[in-house]
Amino acid sequence: MATTKLGFIVQRPGVKSENPKLALTHAIASQSVEIYLNDGDLVTADIAFIGDGVLNCKKDQKPEYLDMSTTESHIKMSLLLDLNVLICKEDLERFGMTEKDVVIDAEEFGADIEAKVVPYEEINKMMEDVNHLLFF
Amino acid sequence: MGKLTIGCFSSLVGSTNLDFAVKLSAAAMEKGHKVDLWVSGNGTMLSLTAQRAFKDYSYLEKTVTELMEKGLNVTACEACAESRGYHEDHTLAGVKRFSMDWYLASSFDADRVLHIGGE
Repeated sequence: MATTKLGFIVQRPGVKSENPKLALTHAIASQSVEIYLNDGDLVTADIAFIGDGVLNCKKDQKPEYLDMSTTESHIKMSLLLDLNVLICKEDLERFGMTEKDVVIDAEEFGADIEAKVVPYEEINKMMEDVNHLLFF
Repeated sequence: MGKLTIGCFSSLVGSTNLDFAVKLSAAAMEKGHKVDLWVSGNGTMLSLTAQRAFKDYSYLEKTVTELMEKGLNVTACEACAESRGYHEDHTLAGVKRFSMDWYLASSFDADRVLHIGGE
């Protein structure tokens, strides 16, 4: 039995590029990876939003404008699946945003855990703790 | 010898990231390493068959085909390919198509993962 930890670092804003959504969908895929692995083996996914990437966490995104899912709904799905979602506090502040402006919970999805707004130092610790980092 | 998993999300035309990823794959294989190459997003363009070589654009069909014959494992994200109209019958022989969990499974036992994001 072994566990491989992956860290998904999202540093680009949503809509402008496909990367943030691909980061989230790949992280969510950690929930179905077992079909390829031996019994007991696991892949875990931690997600961190840094730099312009914190804009993906904005609350109340309007999917109807582009008729496609939002990064907000993907973050909520990640919380439902108990993925660790970190949002960089300093970068939020750079945009004049606070915890009140971003997706923190997904109660309506039935999620038990919340996203965490944390200092960059904590995201750095997560990055040191994982086996592989994937920058989006 | 080790295993290298490369994920590349950049397009074949309009970027040279895929050229780098394929060259790196070749170099690693020459040293005896196993290489998995995952293409997702615009990177799925690499999986297209019947690419036409022009001097001004990247062209990797021949190189990738030769590398696959030597053991390079190339897999394209099926959803990313389908959303772009790259259907099964447009796929280069030897390229597999799976969902994103394939990439994570490949990362599971990789000695190194090199992730090259999209544009």
